Amino acid sequence: MTTATPSAPTPSAPTNNLGFSKQDYVGSKSTLCAGCGHDSITAQIINAAFESSIEGYRVAKYSGIGCSSKTPAYFLNQGWGFNSVHGRMPSIATGASLANRNLINIGVSGDGDSMSIGMGQFVHAVRRNIPMIYIIEDNGVYGLTKGQFSATADKGAHLKSGAVNDFPPIDPCTLALELGCGFVARCFSGNPKQLNTILKAAFAYEGTVVLDIISPCVTFNNHDASTRSYKHVKDHDFPLHDLGFVQYSEVEDVEIPAGQTEVVTFPDGSKVAIKAIHEGYDPTDRFGAMKAIHESMAKGEFLTGLLYINPTQPPLPQVLNLVDEPLASLGEDVLKPSPAVLDEIMQSLM
Amino acid sequence: MTASLAAPAKPGGAKTRINDFSIQVATVNGSGSQTANTVLLRAIFQMGVLVSGKNLFPSNIAGLPTWFTIRASAEGYVARKASNEMLILMNPETAKEDIAKADAGALVIYDEPLQLDKLRNDLSFIPVPFQKLVTASCPEPKLHKLVKNMIYVGVASRLLGVDMEEAKKAIAKQLKGKAKAIELNQNAAMAAYDWAMENLPDQDQVKVVRDNKTQGLIIVDGNEACALGALFAGVTVVGWYPITPASSLVETFIEYAEEYRKDPKTGKSTVAIVQMEDELASAGVVLSAGWAGARSMTSTAGPGISLMSEFIGLGYYVEAPGVFFNVGRTGPSTGLPTRTQQSDVELCAKCSHGDTQHINLYPGTMEECFQFSYDAFDLAERFQTPIFVVTDLDLGMQNWSSKPFAYPAKPYDRGKVLNQQQLAEAKDWGRYKDVDGDGICYRSLPGTPGGKGSYFTRGSGHNEYAQYSEKPEDYVAVVDRLKRKYETAKTHVPTPVFRTLGSAKGVLAFGSSDPAMIEAQDALAAAGLKTDYLRLRALPFTAEVDAFVKGKQVIYVVEQNRDGQMANLFRETYPEYATKFKSVLHYDGHAIDAKCIVDQITAFEQK
Ligand SMILES: Cc1ncc(C[n+]2csc(CCOP(=O)(O)OP(=O)(O)O)c2C)c(N)n1
Ligand code: SF4
Ligand SMILES: [Mg+2]
Repeated sequence: MTTATPSAPTPSAPTNNLGFSKQDYVGSKSTLCAGCGHDSITAQIINAAFESSIEGYRVAKYSGIGCSSKTPAYFLNQGWGFNSVHGRMPSIATGASLANRNLINIGVSGDGDSMSIGMGQFVHAVRRNIPMIYIIEDNGVYGLTKGQFSATADKGAHLKSGAVNDFPPIDPCTLALELGCGFVARCFSGNPKQLNTILKAAFAYEGTVVLDIISPCVTFNNHDASTRSYKHVKDHDFPLHDLGFVQYSEVEDVEIPAGQTEVVTFPDGSKVAIKAIHEGYDPTDRFGAMKAIHESMAKGEFLTGLLYINPTQPPLPQVLNLVDEPLASLGEDVLKPSPAVLDEIMQSLM
Repeated sequence: MTASLAAPAKPGGAKTRINDFSIQVATVNGSGSQTANTVLLRAIFQMGVLVSGKNLFPSNIAGLPTWFTIRASAEGYVARKASNEMLILMNPETAKEDIAKADAGALVIYDEPLQLDKLRNDLSFIPVPFQKLVTASCPEPKLHKLVKNMIYVGVASRLLGVDMEEAKKAIAKQLKGKAKAIELNQNAAMAAYDWAMENLPDQDQVKVVRDNKTQGLIIVDGNEACALGALFAGVTVVGWYPITPASSLVETFIEYAEEYRKDPKTGKSTVAIVQMEDELASAGVVLSAGWAGARSMTSTAGPGISLMSEFIGLGYYVEAPGVFFNVGRTGPSTGLPTRTQQSDVELCAKCSHGDTQHINLYPGTMEECFQFSYDAFDLAERFQTPIFVVTDLDLGMQNWSSKPFAYPAKPYDRGKVLNQQQLAEAKDWGRYKDVDGDGICYRSLPGTPGGKGSYFTRGSGHNEYAQYSEKPEDYVAVVDRLKRKYETAKTHVPTPVFRTLGSAKGVLAFGSSDPAMIEAQDALAAAGLKTDYLRLRALPFTAEVDAFVKGKQVIYVVEQNRDGQMANLFRETYPEYATKFKSVLHYDGHAIDAKCIVDQITAFEQK
């Protein structure tokens, strides 16, 4: 298969395995507020896609509505984007990923988009294990409609206006675990290294990846009383582990340094190396993960990192036993039954 | 002017109604009577007589009353007929009411213990000892309930003159593959027939006489016909959510897909079918799959379309293809979910917020259900937009006889899609550029290699290059082009069907109203009022429709809803002729019948 021609190489710009420079992974100029956490996430998606040598033409980007949902326009111009309606990104990802199982699917949503209006679609997409990276850019507010509380806001959290949130938060990570998601992670937009590693691992994963990324809204929710301000999150971010990601390559065998490192191998041969900081945390233990998250939440901490991983869970196209070729490329010769078939059916109705 | 329609035969007087009658069977939902009813219908059909069957069922799994009507017509009229010549009363709950409503002179077959014969003296009562007959013919008491309904098949066959060989054949067909059940049911029906031969006097009010009108015909329902259309159209992604009366469309498709949409070598599926969490998600799947190059569809009813409407507006504006079947039922809200209506006309014509207009197809026959479903996928890809195939419960779930479907030889039209090479060669390609002047732009599919053709699809304002734009001129350019595209559709959608008697007076109907309209047109003509009938088959209105509207003095718009929704579309589209349109309406949940059309038009004419 031919790929895009990489941009004219400048001597200084490094290229990846496909010969692309990082510039080939960017999108249009962001129109978000300066300092918005969402822009940092965009930057890491670009970095991770570049470093993982993702074939841009295979990328499909989906989103709902919100500041966060605008961001797919800001990365990977080589890919196709579909900015849909509020809360319905998962169904868009479902249809397109079924139509073409070769697509690399990235969905970007907000905490409002996914945990309020789109809760139903989030839940069912995870349940079906749609092959996609599902990013929730979580700022605890509705940015685009100017700062109302979202369903991930902590109980007792304050808005700049002084309004107090009376309701308990919904946690996308424990919810995803409950739904059987095979790759659940929480990151902080202010920790690029961790986010980058997790995104690279996410690209190698086959099913639904749920990434809850705490991403401060500098305009409506970055004041001192906010639990989703840069300062608060920095102070309460507890990374679980040092992560390393090694992408599978056919030429050299992957080597992971020995030590207190746990290694999780993906079906494609890629490996995530996990060196625990948080004592006794096992990211392959679903119930343990649940417990640890709940305990840390009770203490007001954000436990970040790869919370849970189960590398082998069949994604939807496999569950439906679809043909290997993308459905969208099947032609009339394959799809249209013969006149004899119609005749047979008509006979049965006589 | 008076027109009379199918009044039942009066006792002692009129001649025998040969192959021209209605039978109504009153039973309890869930009692398994559907098999017996279909057997009786099929047996008459196999005698060469045109029949149609209508199931009037409750929104309930078991226990509530249900009625099944079989109409035979030598003239080939297949609409519901308001009067019945034979009643079969199996439901003690409704028997008295059924008797009160019966048309004078009707034959009434009933379960003896119900003792109905004292209730009226203008009906011919035929008591039948159901339990006794079942016990005698079926050795296993557990199975008595299952075969009880076969007793009326035997008795009715005897009275009507239906050949028992045909009834047996019909039983075998209906219970295909279940040898024991076939035997039991055939025995029960035969025992009842023999009993009736010996114990009942013959009658000469209604008779079935062998004819040749059904040679080579099939019996099918519209949902199955639509499912077959989609099968042959090569649908590849289906997202759906169950709702009466639309579920059986996808469920039938699933059965066919099991057989005909598996790769012969690998056994893998060439279609993805997902029962989604709701209709919003179904709409999302349909549009995004269409966007990514699949042929996609969903099947739903009014409540589902309401939920989908935000997405359908998106599909219209971003120009994503997809086929939406709306099998109409009686609304609003849950309404009468198991009854028929054509009350989503305006909903589907303009579904969503903002300025939206959709291509709608209105099949009126089983062949059209098949063909239009096939065509809908071509139209969706050609016009890059949601297409509605609008049927209703009457078309979708009732039994219709039909000519076998012709093989859709026309190759698929996959529309204006640029492949890798075309994209490489294209100069200054823009996703929303109207290169050909028909309002339809060239699209690319996600995943196309080569580094050309990627674009960002958005429901917000965009320009010809699919870039974000809030400029007034960019916005207007897009929506005006969409209107142009809709104009182009006028030469691509099915044209109307005419049945003209040479008159300045027009009648207009669509979809399931067609059989009643044909019958009413004949009855009106027989009574001295000639009309020209236009059967509408699609939106937008084509040139033929324009000419009809211009040419007629008056147009009676016949439809099955309260508000005259189609007439409203006409008044809006042709404001200068607004006063020509007179509404003939039927909306009680039963399928429309000819008499109600005749009565209303007659009343208008007498004004
Ligand atoms: C059906 C519908 N209702 C309401 C809106 C208005 N709206 C736009 S974005 C948004 C909230 C977005 O919040 P979130 O997903 O958290 O994104 P953020 O802007 O915070 O990144 C709302 C309510 C809409 N676009 N559509
Ligand atoms: S309003 Fe908040 S979320 Fe939206 S762009 Fe500005 S900082 Fe980001
Ligand atoms: Mg938010």
